[in-house]
Amino acid sequence: MGVLDQRFEKNFMISSVDYVFNWARKSAIWPLTFGLACCAIEMIASTTARFDIARFGAEVFRPSPRQADLMIVAGTVTLKMGPVLKRVWEQMADPKWCISMGACSSVGGPFNAYSVLQGVDRIVPVDVYVVGCPPRPEGLFYALLKLQDKIEQMSLAKRPTEVRLQPEMVEQFKRGVMVAQTPSPR
Amino acid sequence: MTDKPADENPIIKKLRAWDGKMIAVTSEFRGELSLVLPPEQLARAAQCLRAAPGLQFDFLSDISAVDRFPIEPRFEVNYHLLSIPLRQTVRLRVWLPGQDPVVSTVVPVWPTANWHEREIFDLFGIRFDGHPDLHRILMPDDWEGYPLRKDYPVEGFRT
Repeated sequence: MGVLDQRFEKNFMISSVDYVFNWARKSAIWPLTFGLACCAIEMIASTTARFDIARFGAEVFRPSPRQADLMIVAGTVTLKMGPVLKRVWEQMADPKWCISMGACSSVGGPFNAYSVLQGVDRIVPVDVYVVGCPPRPEGLFYALLKLQDKIEQMSLAKRPTEVRLQPEMVEQFKRGVMVAQTPSPR
Repeated sequence: MTDKPADENPIIKKLRAWDGKMIAVTSEFRGELSLVLPPEQLARAAQCLRAAPGLQFDFLSDISAVDRFPIEPRFEVNYHLLSIPLRQTVRLRVWLPGQDPVVSTVVPVWPTANWHEREIFDLFGIRFDGHPDLHRILMPDDWEGYPLRKDYPVEGFRT
C-alpha cells in the first residue's frame, strides 16, 4: 500500500463529539473588547503580564463581535447604551457567552438612577456574574474558569441557550459557591 | 444674601450708559460680578457684551441652569463670560418661570452656546428661542421628562 500503510493505527483516539467540541470551545475563548467603565481597567489589567489572562486561553480580545464568542460586560450600562449592547450581542455568532463583570452591570451597582440599567441580565442572558466594584483580575479569572466548567456541560443535541437555562445547573452552582462560609464560626 | 450691590463697577457703568434699563439687579461677591437681566433683554445684552469696547467678552465659558422648585420664578440660567483681551469675567443671570420657560438663544453671539443650550434643554426642559438645532444631546431621543428637574424622581419612572 505504499507510504500510507500501517501509519494510522497509533494516531487515533476515540472520543465523543461533545467532548472535542467543548474542549475546543472552552480552551480558546475569544472575548469581545467591551469596556464601559472602571471595570474595563481591571479587564485590561488582567491581560497584562502581571496577571496574564493568556494562561486560560482567553487573551485574544477581538474588536468585532463577529469574531468574538464571549462578551465581558465590564462597567455601567446606561439606558442609552442598552440598545447598543443588545445589538452587539445579537451580532455575535453562536455559541456565545456573557460574563457580567462587577456590581454595575450585574445589578446597577451604586447607580440607582434614572439613566442606568439595573442589571444587564434584563437585556442579554448572563452566564457568570462577578462580584466586586471593580473585581480584581483574579475574580475575572474565577468567572472564566466557571464559564469553562459550564461550556463543558454543553451538548450538540441542545442549543447553548437551553444549557444556560437548565434549573439544576443553577442549583449546582449555588452548592458550589462558598461565599464567606467558615467551617467553625466564632 | 451676602452679595453687595456693585453699581460702581466699570462694567456696570458701561452697560448702564448703553441702555439704562437693561440690568435688573447687580451683585458682587468675592470679586465675582453677577448681573440679573430681564429674559427679553438677553440677546441684545449679549451682543453689547461681546462687541463693545471695554467689555469684549469674547469667550462664553459655560451656561448652567438651576431649578429652585417650588420657588417662583423657578429656573435660573447663568452665563459665565470671560474677556480674554481684558482679563475680566462676568456672570449673566436670567430668571424664568416654571410654566413654559423660554429664553432667547445666544448662539448667534457665541457659537459655543449651541451644545450648552441643548444640554440645558435636555435636562431641564428650558427652551431656547431661535436655537438652530434644539433637540436632546445626552438622553435618548425618545426620553420623556427632564431628569434634572427637582420634581423628577432620582430613580426615574420605572415600569
